[in-house]
Amino acid sequence: MHGIQITASLTSWLTQGYGLFLFIHLLGAASFAYIVARRLVPLLRAERDLRFDRPLARMGKVLKFWMGQWKHPRYKTAGLMHILIFAGFILLAMRAFTVLIVGVSQNFVMPGLSGEAGHVYEVLTDYAATVVFLCMVFAIVRRVVFKPARYEVPAKFGKAHKADAIFLLVLIAILMVADSGFEAAKAAAQMQAGEIAEFSAALSLPWLLKMLFVSFPVSTLGKLYFSGYLLHEITFYFLLCYRPFGIQFHVETSLFNVYFSKLDKNRLKPVRWGISDEHLGQVKSFGVKTFEDFTWKHMLDFYSCADCGRCSDNCPANAAGRPLSPRFITIKARDYAFQHYPMFGHSGNGRALVGNIYSEDEIWSCTTCGACEAECPLLVEYIDKIVDLRRGLIDDGNVPQSLQKPLKALESRGNPYGKMEKKRAEWTTAKDFQQPCPVKTLNQTNGADRLFFVDSITSYDNRMQSIARATARILDHVGEDFGILGTLEKDSGHEVRRFGEETLFMVLRDHNTEAIKAAGVQRIVTADPHAYNALKHDYTGVPPVEHISQLIAREVKSGKIKFNPVAGSDKVYTYHDPCYLGRHNQVYDDPREVLDAIPGLRRVEMKRSRDRSFCCGGGGLMLFYEPKEEERIGVKRVRMAAEAGANVIVTACPFCLANIEDAIKVAGLEGKMAAIDLAELTEQQIARAETGVPACPLEPSSTQPDMQERAIARR
Amino acid sequence: MEILVCVRRVPDTSENEIQLNSAGNDIERDELVYSINEPDNYAVEEALQIVAKVGGSVSVVTVGSEDDEEILRREMAMGANHGILLTDDAFTGSDGRGIATILKGFVQQGNYDLILTGVQAEDGGAQVGGMLAAMLDYPFASLLTSIEVLEGKKLRISREIEGGNKEISEIDLPCVLSIQTGINEPRYVGMKGIRAAQSLPIPTYGASDLRVALSTVGESAAKIKRVDYFVPVLGKGAKMLTGSREENVEKVAELLAAQGGLK
Amino acid sequence: MTRIFAYIAHKGGVMDTAFELATAARKIDSSAQLTAVVTGSGAELDAVCASLQPFYGEIWKVANDALSYPNAELIRKAVVKIVPPGSLVLVAHEHFGIDLAPGLSINLNAAYVSDVLGIEGLEGASLKVVRHEFGGQVSTHVKCDISSGAVITVRPGAFKPLEKSGVSGLVVDRSLDVGALSAGRRYLETIAAEAGEVDITKHTVLVSVGRGIQEKDNISIAHDLAEAMGAAVSCSRPVVDAKWLEKSRQVGSSGKTVKPKVYLACGISGAFQHLAGLKGSPYIIAINKNPKAPIFQVADVGIVDDILEFLPELTNKVREMHSVAAK
Repeated sequence: MHGIQITASLTSWLTQGYGLFLFIHLLGAASFAYIVARRLVPLLRAERDLRFDRPLARMGKVLKFWMGQWKHPRYKTAGLMHILIFAGFILLAMRAFTVLIVGVSQNFVMPGLSGEAGHVYEVLTDYAATVVFLCMVFAIVRRVVFKPARYEVPAKFGKAHKADAIFLLVLIAILMVADSGFEAAKAAAQMQAGEIAEFSAALSLPWLLKMLFVSFPVSTLGKLYFSGYLLHEITFYFLLCYRPFGIQFHVETSLFNVYFSKLDKNRLKPVRWGISDEHLGQVKSFGVKTFEDFTWKHMLDFYSCADCGRCSDNCPANAAGRPLSPRFITIKARDYAFQHYPMFGHSGNGRALVGNIYSEDEIWSCTTCGACEAECPLLVEYIDKIVDLRRGLIDDGNVPQSLQKPLKALESRGNPYGKMEKKRAEWTTAKDFQQPCPVKTLNQTNGADRLFFVDSITSYDNRMQSIARATARILDHVGEDFGILGTLEKDSGHEVRRFGEETLFMVLRDHNTEAIKAAGVQRIVTADPHAYNALKHDYTGVPPVEHISQLIAREVKSGKIKFNPVAGSDKVYTYHDPCYLGRHNQVYDDPREVLDAIPGLRRVEMKRSRDRSFCCGGGGLMLFYEPKEEERIGVKRVRMAAEAGANVIVTACPFCLANIEDAIKVAGLEGKMAAIDLAELTEQQIARAETGVPACPLEPSSTQPDMQERAIARR
Repeated sequence: MEILVCVRRVPDTSENEIQLNSAGNDIERDELVYSINEPDNYAVEEALQIVAKVGGSVSVVTVGSEDDEEILRREMAMGANHGILLTDDAFTGSDGRGIATILKGFVQQGNYDLILTGVQAEDGGAQVGGMLAAMLDYPFASLLTSIEVLEGKKLRISREIEGGNKEISEIDLPCVLSIQTGINEPRYVGMKGIRAAQSLPIPTYGASDLRVALSTVGESAAKIKRVDYFVPVLGKGAKMLTGSREENVEKVAELLAAQGGLK
Repeated sequence: MTRIFAYIAHKGGVMDTAFELATAARKIDSSAQLTAVVTGSGAELDAVCASLQPFYGEIWKVANDALSYPNAELIRKAVVKIVPPGSLVLVAHEHFGIDLAPGLSINLNAAYVSDVLGIEGLEGASLKVVRHEFGGQVSTHVKCDISSGAVITVRPGAFKPLEKSGVSGLVVDRSLDVGALSAGRRYLETIAAEAGEVDITKHTVLVSVGRGIQEKDNISIAHDLAEAMGAAVSCSRPVVDAKWLEKSRQVGSSGKTVKPKVYLACGISGAFQHLAGLKGSPYIIAINKNPKAPIFQVADVGIVDDILEFLPELTNKVREMHSVAAK
């Protein structure tokens, strides 16, 4: 094939098939083109998505995530296997192309691959085919014998996908065998004829087959040569045309899916790309209600899912037995697309998704933790879709009664608890606190350099108010000139937005933005990662914001904060990464540095930490929702902490603290496991210069959690 | 079916703390948040569900002032087709009968098949529906927990009675029904809809439009007048336990044992 | 002599409210002639009339097959035929009374005041009464102009039945004055509430939960306590509305009437409709976060605390006591 004449006998075999091969080429290529065109139809009807900017950045992502298979090693076995298969496919691509052409143009040689280069390429591809083949065998064995749990299909989501998966694996294996057999037959014939044989890399599949074939009569070899070619061609085109009907479509779409993936990960999809808030009044229907309301990129996501199950494997809602499984959000949408946009016949459209392929509980169950998106090797996006589906439900008034109350309260009182505005700053008037640590309320006459944005749960919940006080004391200790908005502050609206009430969110956002601007501060700090995320990414035109853990870490380094050693040696601490501080904003190290700066503090790491942290159960409005689940998400997390050998969980988010403290009770670990906020712990351990002045007393841990506000007390 | 729902704007019980004002003659109203009377909201939802099945339209009406428009708009955002405000200085201070008289004036100008009210409002009166029905000489039923539209201008209705039992009756249209909470699950009314409803027209009618005699409405006609608000002195009442939770738990356990509460 | 009428509702016998109305009437005018109006048919009607005789000077009986089931629409028409306009009519404020009374006041061209729980007195033609508003969070004094009569609904249980007067009232048969009766509402049938797994009316000790339980999943706290105590779990209406417990567990005017010995009211505000279902004189222990909750007015012992914290500890204590006793 590479400038070496194939034996005349074999040549004749191949030329016999010229017409057939050409026909298959044309049929295969035309079919594929038609199929792809049909698959594009719904994308042409979809909502717009602005993804054509910054091509260099996008190419960078392609190099990292597609070429570099960056996410794959997160699951070692499957990851390694896929890397090998992917590398194999990339290497084999040109060879496959060449083989196909050879059937109709026998002396075809890929430009640049004649001579030595071709030789090297030949060796590489020999081994590539072998490795791919072995991976197929291993993958099949894994599916049949080891059955990894994440591939299982729960009954409610339909039939198992195993047969189809194995079918595809077998086809790829056949492809490798056919290709190798085709080459081996020729090499064997050449060896028999005494010609210079094609070089087959030792112990590769072609080599093994060559050794097998070498004793066959030439006529048999001819038949094998022909059949190998035909089998290869048919399998190739069959796979090509079959892939768009299932999860293997990702072979074609993955490059595009990665190229067009979101560059600004923290920016939630607006109601409509390209329509600013002021013009939102033109949009009659908010959110995704029918399939065509998705953007073309969302639809591409559905096509690109490889059904690997990594998303659902890391989804806390799924782990707790809630109806949500991200994998099936995608697969069901893909199946819907296949069903309603068939190859032949009319395309269907306009049927509601929720109540049809999705249940309401499925959509409300998501905590927007982002674990699914962190895992997906194809960079499929989920949060935007869930938020968009929720927008649709809200638009139709289809909201569970348990969520209607807090939403109504947010509208009338600016907090989900329905508490009076004038009580928002009551936490500053606590006994033993007000005197030593007076907190400034910012207004016309009272300004400050920094705003402490407290947000609703920390302001109103009895238990969480101690986080506010601890934060205030820390700011005071390091000499920050700070104040709060007090009764002018309304809920940041972070969860309001993620639960789909975009308009109410804008009301809250605009109110707060105005109040913040009027306060004239230069910086903002908050102890609530949800408020942090909102102020950083959902709000525009406000001063830069940081989380208290970042401030503490900085002041530890600067020396303004020094710690007393922990009392007692029986405490083992572990840090739980809050989703909106860690995974969404990559603040992993600052809190850990703070803990490690406390002398004598023993810290262990949970298996699931950093971007693999397991959500506590969700914040904001999620505290009001009553999901159907088998076990509390928070209980699972508490058990993980116990497993890691910890007896104190440190977290940096009031919602995490609320969920975890409840979960400790539900898990029956009261007295054996405790939870504390990073700000509380910091404040507790701060070494104060003034002797004789006791540190402001930390609230006793038996402070009643205020269940009225929190509405999640679980036993 | 043309359905009219009579609604009222009241202080929201879940988002307010009801307290006496310093003068002791009224509740503290400065920082109250208002919303639609909860049973009225259930009534509007029920009307919307009926109309979704059999066609027609839903109108919401209230007697009050400009402040009360907000609940009309909210119900229109929810799906009601029309909102009407009945307002006139002469209406101020009307008692339940006066309100019913005003509503009767409005009903008689229209052609409604079904009139709904919430079973009662924050004052616990539970009267306007029954009064309106008697004034119009329409059949009436209270405490509705389900409505089924039948052929031939009739409804099959269920009333909530003692013991959680349901009293099933047939009632002729036109009629007046007062709706109990829990009859359905009201849909959510979002901010977007409320904003859009801000610009909807709300016709207003006064005493002369409704041909209501001034002597029958307003404070002068009212036979019921609230004299004051007060919080009753807890003469007898519970013996309140003080002490820590642990102590209280022990005391309660002892009392339970003593009173035969433990088996 | 002024006459005060009381419409007596009955179902399967006379109810306590029949006698409470007499007390209320006396409070309005201690010298008035009390006239009970009763409708129905057959032996039950006669039995009811008989039981009213010690309390009412006259009992106007209307026997009519159409009234064998108390259809308020039909009864309203009947009452209007025999009670003169301008009369004072008392009705119990419950399912039937709410159905009957407002329309009746219009038919009689009388004033209407509802859910009265106290009578201050009569000043000329102005009757001063006490009512609740905002679910019992505040009380009000209301003046009612009764110069052209009034229909007054009276809160059940607000007035204690008097001792029998010793007078035996006269039963007057007014059936013929009523004529043929028809109304736009026709009674079809009664569907009994679904029997739940637990019949709370049979339990002498109840752990009752209200809105303060916050969430469906917290109900288990109550179940645990009830189990430890050998009691049953009941609840107030909001818990059923939220679908956290079955309807069969609801105590109240639209739920079950219970007569336990001991009643633990947990996170229950004490709204009247709930207390209406609590009869006899149970020993009531109330736990509620809100120190101003109306329940504390009727409870024997009260604790201001969070039930979600208090109940589990109480459960532990009870279990402890049991295990000690077992030794």
